[in-house]
Amino acid sequence: MPAVSKGDGMRGLAVFISDIRNCKSKEAEIKRINKELANIRSKFKGDKALDGYSKKKYVCKLLFIFLLGHDIDFGHMEAVNLLSSNKYTEKQIGYLFISVLVNSNSELIRLINNAIKNDLSSRNPTFMCLALHCIANVGSREMAEAFASEIPRILVAGDTMDSVKQSAALCLLRLYKTSPDLVLMGEWTSRVVHLLNDQHMGVVTAAISLITCLSQKNPDEFKTCVSLAVSRLSRIVSSASTDLQDYTYYFVPAPWLSCKLLRLLQCYPPPEDGAVKGRLVECLETILNKAQEPPKSKKVQHSNAKNAILFEAISLIIHYDSEPNLLVRACNQLGQFLQHRETNLRYLALESMCTLASSEFSHEAVKTHIETVINALKTERDVSVRQRAADLLYAMCDRSNAKQIVAEMLSYLETADYSIREEMVLKVAILAEKYAVDYSWYVDTILNLIRIAGDYVSEEVWYRVIQIVINRDDVQGYAAKTVFEVLLHEPSKFGRWFGSVLLGRPLVQFNLLHSKFHLCSVPTRALLLSAYIKFINLFPETKATIQEVLRCDSQIRNSDVELQQRAVEYLKLSSIASTDVLATVLEEMPPFPERESSILAKLKKKKGPGAVSVTELDDSKREAGELNGGADRGPDTASTPSPSADLLGIRSAAPVGAAQTNAGSLLVDVFSDSGCSHFPFPLLPIHSLFVLLPICFHPCFVLGLSLHPCPVLWPPSSAPPSEDPAPPLSEADELLNKFVCKNNGVLFENQLLQIGIKSEYRQNLGRMYLFYGNKTSVQFASFSTTVSCPGELQLNVQSKPVEPLVEGGAQIQQVLNIECITDFCDAPLLNIKFSRYGGALQNLTLKLPVTINKFFQPTEMSSSDFFQRWKQLSQPQQEAQKIFKANHSMDTEVLKAKLLGLGTALLDNVDPNPENYVCAGVIQTKGQQIGCLLRLEPNAQAQMYRLTLRCSKDTVSKRLCELLAQQF
Amino acid sequence: WRRNHRNTSCVIMSNNMQFMLLFSRQGKLRLQKWYVPLSDKEKKKITRELVQTVLARKPKMCSFLEWRDLKIVYKRYASLYFCCAIEDQDNELITLEIIHRYVELLDKYFGSVCELDIIFNFEKAYFILDEFLLGGEAQETSKKNVLKAIEQADLLQEVRYVIKPPWEQ
Repeated sequence: MPAVSKGDGMRGLAVFISDIRNCKSKEAEIKRINKELANIRSKFKGDKALDGYSKKKYVCKLLFIFLLGHDIDFGHMEAVNLLSSNKYTEKQIGYLFISVLVNSNSELIRLINNAIKNDLSSRNPTFMCLALHCIANVGSREMAEAFASEIPRILVAGDTMDSVKQSAALCLLRLYKTSPDLVLMGEWTSRVVHLLNDQHMGVVTAAISLITCLSQKNPDEFKTCVSLAVSRLSRIVSSASTDLQDYTYYFVPAPWLSCKLLRLLQCYPPPEDGAVKGRLVECLETILNKAQEPPKSKKVQHSNAKNAILFEAISLIIHYDSEPNLLVRACNQLGQFLQHRETNLRYLALESMCTLASSEFSHEAVKTHIETVINALKTERDVSVRQRAADLLYAMCDRSNAKQIVAEMLSYLETADYSIREEMVLKVAILAEKYAVDYSWYVDTILNLIRIAGDYVSEEVWYRVIQIVINRDDVQGYAAKTVFEVLLHEPSKFGRWFGSVLLGRPLVQFNLLHSKFHLCSVPTRALLLSAYIKFINLFPETKATIQEVLRCDSQIRNSDVELQQRAVEYLKLSSIASTDVLATVLEEMPPFPERESSILAKLKKKKGPGAVSVTELDDSKREAGELNGGADRGPDTASTPSPSADLLGIRSAAPVGAAQTNAGSLLVDVFSDSGCSHFPFPLLPIHSLFVLLPICFHPCFVLGLSLHPCPVLWPPSSAPPSEDPAPPLSEADELLNKFVCKNNGVLFENQLLQIGIKSEYRQNLGRMYLFYGNKTSVQFASFSTTVSCPGELQLNVQSKPVEPLVEGGAQIQQVLNIECITDFCDAPLLNIKFSRYGGALQNLTLKLPVTINKFFQPTEMSSSDFFQRWKQLSQPQQEAQKIFKANHSMDTEVLKAKLLGLGTALLDNVDPNPENYVCAGVIQTKGQQIGCLLRLEPNAQAQMYRLTLRCSKDTVSKRLCELLAQQF
Repeated sequence: WRRNHRNTSCVIMSNNMQFMLLFSRQGKLRLQKWYVPLSDKEKKKITRELVQTVLARKPKMCSFLEWRDLKIVYKRYASLYFCCAIEDQDNELITLEIIHRYVELLDKYFGSVCELDIIFNFEKAYFILDEFLLGGEAQETSKKNVLKAIEQADLLQEVRYVIKPPWEQ
C-alpha cells in the first residue's frame, strides 16, 4: 500500500475539517459552516470557470457539511458536471455526492443517467463499477427504467470482468427491489443461476444474493439453483481451512458464502432428488460436527464465523422440519450455548430455540431446558437477553408446564424492564387462557396480573377476560366472588372489572361499588352507570337507591357529556319503562362468538405480521373454542346453569317477566366498542339500542332520538336463486328447538358464518332481526337469503333483500316481518347463499325459529276459570300428553323462566299440587284465536315429567306438545 | 413455525442490511450508509434514537438488540461504534463479522486506522465500503480483492485518460 496521498491533496478540505473540529460551540460551528457555504456559493456563481480540482474540492466540502447534519440545497449541478470529468478522482467524488445527496429532480436525473450510460459503455471496468455503484446506491425508479434491461446483459456477458459482474449482480438486485416489474430475467434466468458455478468466489458471493431474492419471487423458474447450491456448499464445507485462500476467514472457509447458500436453500422445500438430499444432510451433519470440534483459533472472529454458519444451518433444519435426528441435535447444540460465557451466543441460542420449540420433533427436547431458561430470565444482566428468555418460555409452554411458566413470568413481571412489560402481560394473559385447566387458576392469574402490572394491562386483556367469564357459566361464580373480595381491599386497580363482574347481595354490592365510583376514571364510570341500570333490572329493590344516585347533580349535570347522557337516559328509562321493557332493553348479552383472542391479535400487531406463528393461531382458535365454550357448549347451557357454580346464590333471584333473562348473568357492558365489536349483536351506543326496540312498545322511549321509520311490508326478495336451495341442515330441528322458549341468540354458527337472531312478537305479527356475521377475513360475494314457507305453511314472511357483499369481519342485518295466518307446524326455511373468492357457492338452509307458541298472548285467570275451561276442552283429540325423562335441570326457577319464555301466563295457586305448573294463553292467528291450557307435572325423584296440553284446536295441542317435550 | 415460508411469501423486498452507522462515543455521526430509501427527516430521527439506545448500553451486554421491527448489531472499536440494522430473519453473527471485516479493511488501508482517519478521509471510507458492500449485500469478502480495487483507483487518481486506459493498450 503506498503511503497514500490520503485526501488527494485536497488541502482546503482538510483545513476546513480542522476548523470545524476546533469550533468550541455549536454556534461557532454553524458560523464557520455558513461562511464556507457562502464562499462555495460565490465560487460556483462566479464568472471565472472553476477547474475540475476546485469543483471537486467544493463538492467534497458540501458533502462533508451535509454529513454533519446540515441541509444542502445547491451544488448538485457541479457534482453532475464532475461525472463527465475525465479524471477518475473527480468522477468518483461526483458519484459519491450523487449517491449521498440524490434528489428526484427529473432534469438532474436525466443528466446523471446520461453520465452513467457513458460510463457503462466505456468498457473501462473501473468506470463501469463506479456507475453501477451509483445505480445501486440510488436505486430510483428512473434509473431502473433506464438501466434494468442493460444490466443483465453486462452480468452474463462472457467478457465482463469479475469485479464488474459482482457490481452488476447487486446493482440488479437493488433495481429489482425498487421496481420488480422492470427487471425481467426471462432469457437470462439459467445463465444467472449458473453463476453459482463461477470460479470466482466473489462473483458467487454477489450473485447468490440476487438469485435468492429472485427465487423468493419465482421459485419454480429458479429451482435448478438448489442442486447447484448444495454442491457448492458441500465443496466449501468439506474443504480444508486453507483451500479457499483469501475467502477463508479466521480458519473458517467462506463463511459469508456458506450463510448465503444456506439461506437460499431456505427458499425451497427439501430437495426431492435423493442424492442431492443425502449430500445436503451430510453437509448439515458436518456443520453440526464441527461445532463440537476444538476451535482452531481463540479469536472471537473464528467462533463467530463458525457459529454464524451453524445458526444458519439450524434455521434450514427448522425450515425443513422433517429430520427429527437433526432437529434434536440442533436442540442439544443450542442447549450447550444456553450456558456459554459469550452473551451473544446465549442470546442467539434462546432466539433460535424459540423456533425449535414449535416443531413437534424438538418440542420435548426444548422443554428439557426449562430450568436453564427460567434461570436466564432471573439472572441475565442484559434486558434483551431476558426478553429472549421470556419469549422462549412462552414458546415452550404447554399444558404440562403452564403453571410453572406462568408463575415464573408473573414473578418476573414484578421487576421487569418497563420496555417489555406490556408484551409480558399479553403473553401471560394468553398462556393463562390457553392452558387453563381449572378456571379458578385462570381467574387468580389474571387478577394477579392486574395487581402486579395494572398499568400495563391493555384493554384487549380485560375485554378478553370478560369474554371468557361471560361464556363460561362455571367460572362466573368464582370470578365474581374473587373480584368482590378484592374490591373490598384493593379498589383502585380493578376499576375495569366493576362494570362487568358483579354479584353479591344487591344492595351491599351496589353500595360497595358506588363507594369506589369517585376513584374511577371516566370510562370506568361510564361502565359503572351501565351496571347500575342493569342492577335496577335484575334487582328491583335497588331501584330507589340507584335512581337517587343518578338524579344527583354530579351525574345528570356531569361535565363529561358521555356520563351525563348515560345518567339522564338511564334515569328516564328506569322511571318510564315497565319491568318488561326494561328487561328487554337490558337483556343479557348472548355468549360471545368463538373468535380469535383479542389479545393474540394485539400481540401480533405489536410484533408485526408473522410474528405469531400459524400453528399458534390454530392452537389458539382451538383452545379458544374450548375456553369460550362456543362450539362445545351444550345446546342449553345458557338456560340451565350448573348449580355447583353458583357460589353466591345469585341465580335464585330470577327476574320475573323477562323472557329467558338469566339471573346469574354477568353484566356485560353494551357500550364497549373499540377493539371489542362483538359479533352477533351490534353493540352500539345506547341510542342504537333504542332503535332496536320495536316501535310498538312505547313512543316515549325515543328520548329525543329518531326511530327507524315504521317499515312497510317490503316486496319479497327479488334475487332469483341461481341454484336450488340446499335441503335443511340435519341439525336444523335441534337449532329450532333452542329458540322455542327464547327469542334472541345465536341461531347458527360455523367456520364462516354466524347468524344471530333478535325477535319480537305481538298478536299475530312478528318481527325478526337477522344478523349475518362474516367470520372470515375475506369478502362474501353474491350473498343472498331467501325465506320460504314449505308446503301448506300458513305464514306470511316478508323480507328485504340483503346487500350482496359482506366484507370480512363485517355483519349485516336483515329484518323479517312475519304474519301468522292460521296455526302451523312446520317452520319457515331460511336459505343462505354466498361465495368466497368467487369460488364454490355456499348453500345453506336452516329452519327459522318461528314456532306457533310465538303468537301466544298470556291469559291470566283464576283457578276456577282454569278448571272450567280445562273441562270444556275435553274432546280426546283436543288433548295431547307426553311423559318424558328430564333432559335438563329441574330447578324451579329455570322451569319458570322457560315457561314464561314460552309466551303463556304462568298461573299460581291453580293446581292443588304446588309442585306442578299450569299455564294459559291464546294463540293469535289472522283468522282465529286458539285457547291453550298447559299443565306440567315434574317428578323430581324419577327425573320425569308429564306434560298435558288442551287447546281449542287439536293440531295445536299436538304441535305444542312436541315442541315442549324437547325443552325440559 | 414456518419462519422461512413466511419469508418467501412476504419479505421479498427484504434487504440484508438496512443501514450502517458509525458514530463516536460522544454520539457524533462519522459515517452513514442507507440501503433503503428514507427521507432525510426519518434518517435523522433513526440516527438520533439509535445512537442514544446503543450508547446507553453497558460494555458486557450482548451485541444484538431488537429495535422497532429490526435487529441491531453493533460493536465498539476504540472510540467508534459500528452499528448495522438487519431484518428479523437475518444472521446476527455474520453481520458482526461484516463489521469486523470492514474495520480490517479500513485498518489495512489507513494503517492502524483511528477515528481521525475516518473524519478527514470520509470519502475513502465510503469508497471502501462500496467495494465491500453494495446495496446492503456483501459484494466482495476477500480482503485482498477489495484492497486491490481501492489501490488501483488510487493509482488512477491523477491520470488523465486522453487516449486509452492502460489496460486496453
